[in-house]
Amino acid sequence: MSVVDPTGRAIINGLQGGFPLTQRPFRDAGAKLGLSEDELIEGVRDLIAAGQLSRFGPLWNAELLGGGVCLAAMAVPSERFDEVAGLVNAHPEVAHNYERGHVLNMWFVVSTESAGRIAEVIAEIERETGLAVHAMPKTREFFIGFRVEV
Amino acid sequence: MLDAVDRKLIVATQAGLPLEREPYRVLARQLGLDETEIIARLQSLLDSGAIRRIGAIPNHYALGLTANGMSVWDVVDGAVADVGARIGALDFVTHCYERPRHLPLWPYNLFAMVHGRTRDEIGHKVREIAELIGPAARAHEVLFSTRILKKTGFRIAA
Repeated sequence: MSVVDPTGRAIINGLQGGFPLTQRPFRDAGAKLGLSEDELIEGVRDLIAAGQLSRFGPLWNAELLGGGVCLAAMAVPSERFDEVAGLVNAHPEVAHNYERGHVLNMWFVVSTESAGRIAEVIAEIERETGLAVHAMPKTREFFIGFRVEV
Repeated sequence: MLDAVDRKLIVATQAGLPLEREPYRVLARQLGLDETEIIARLQSLLDSGAIRRIGAIPNHYALGLTANGMSVWDVVDGAVADVGARIGALDFVTHCYERPRHLPLWPYNLFAMVHGRTRDEIGHKVREIAELIGPAARAHEVLFSTRILKKTGFRIAA
């Protein structure tokens, strides 16, 4: 994409994983991308400043940290949509919430520090809204090629 | 399971690594540990899957991939493992999960998140998935996000 310069493209396409665990990882990773150590550090800083990278570092797997993550969906009557969104979003455990074009029109992710808290948060939302919350926990995860190409 | 030092490491890195020539040494100094221990712990957290990967974490929206489409599939139960593995290998799919059906409202048991620049582009990609799955998928839909109601990063308390 035109908004990303060649250095940024090399970083995004070539470094979404595998950052070396060495004393000079930017030097070692840069060598593979054709960038100097300082070019790579500057390039990452620029991408973060532009908002094109959320961050640079480890992507933690919340579930393996002992916490719980669960996708949930609700069918919200249109006249109550904003009110219900406010009630749902008020829970700090609700990390993401999207409106989607379907009868099930509100989709959110509940993320808790302990797995047992998921069911409690869902029950609280059902009580506060008077609407059913359909829990959609993942039962299996498939390996993903993680690359976003720019 | 994670110990107290691992948790300190999570808190120190969840916003990213120090963008310095010796990031692990900087972290070690912050946490009062040796650089070699930081590196060994990160390696073992990668090996256990607690860290999925280390590197650039793109912001799809800022890169113009604004049309996220959640494709959902009703896949014959016995075929889910095979179909999921093949969908996961596609480079435009960022998540692929099996989830429970909620009949009769929701017959779909396989979710594949597709990112693209336009809805048209996502439509093409979903057709590509449909061809790949073939008759093992009885039905499918694509749910587009029409509004972001909330978006916060993963956080663990200090």
